Amino acid sequence: MPEQKVEAAPEDRVESFQELARAQLPRLYAIARRLCGDDAEDAVQDCLLKAFERFDQLDDPDAGPAWLARVLVNCCHDRHRHDARRPVEIDFATVEEFSLYRKIALEDPFPYSDSLHLDFLGEFGPDDVREVLMMLPQLYRTPLVLVHMYGFATKELASLLDVPLGTVLARLHRGRKLFERRMWDYAEQTGMLEETPR
Amino acid sequence: MIACKDAVRQLWEYLDGTVDAADRAALEDHLDRCRRCCAELEFAEELRGFLAGNADDDVPSDVMKRLNTTLEELRADDA
Repeated sequence: MPEQKVEAAPEDRVESFQELARAQLPRLYAIARRLCGDDAEDAVQDCLLKAFERFDQLDDPDAGPAWLARVLVNCCHDRHRHDARRPVEIDFATVEEFSLYRKIALEDPFPYSDSLHLDFLGEFGPDDVREVLMMLPQLYRTPLVLVHMYGFATKELASLLDVPLGTVLARLHRGRKLFERRMWDYAEQTGMLEETPR
Repeated sequence: MIACKDAVRQLWEYLDGTVDAADRAALEDHLDRCRRCCAELEFAEELRGFLAGNADDDVPSDVMKRLNTTLEELRADDA
């Protein structure tokens, strides 16, 4: 007998969606905080409503968490669409040459440290990391966040953003370099580099 | 042998496994001879781990309450 897709009763459908979404709320909110900053809660609200509307399209329950995250990324992009269109004025020739590793070694911000580079990273708390990420244009922030923080595959991201894989890889490369550069800028601006005994 | 600046430019991609075979061989040849670039590679790995380690957030209780309320108010005929 051919296998038939079993349609869930409407009440079961609501419960299934609630169960899936409830378990994913912390992850969805964390992703949204890094993609949308202060708009995170609104983006997650948008995501819940849109995902529920399209819940019938989800065939494989095991794919639910990844599917929800995809809906969220689109909601974040919709909210910040004007940012994506804004021209980005960055001197990438300079950024491309920047190496955070060498900058730390050269400037030696903690002269008494035995583990200079790790101590530099240790100065950054989660809020600082979010602040640095928000200094990046959305175009470069999105691949950096999704690939390196939330385990998206670059191919998956290319499909999600509807751009060629090479474009994702190029944005990811620039995103990483910019992140390194902005980490140093942020550390300077916030006084993290002022010498303290170690 | 490739120059340090060309090696450094590819370190993250090398860690991703997205460098093609010829570039990979050239980079590995460089890393065999350059301690500073090896140290850069180690730092790139640290930075990747650092990013992954900063992925979680505590959802403020009032935000969680509002999001749960949205979920609880969903009705079958909303879709």
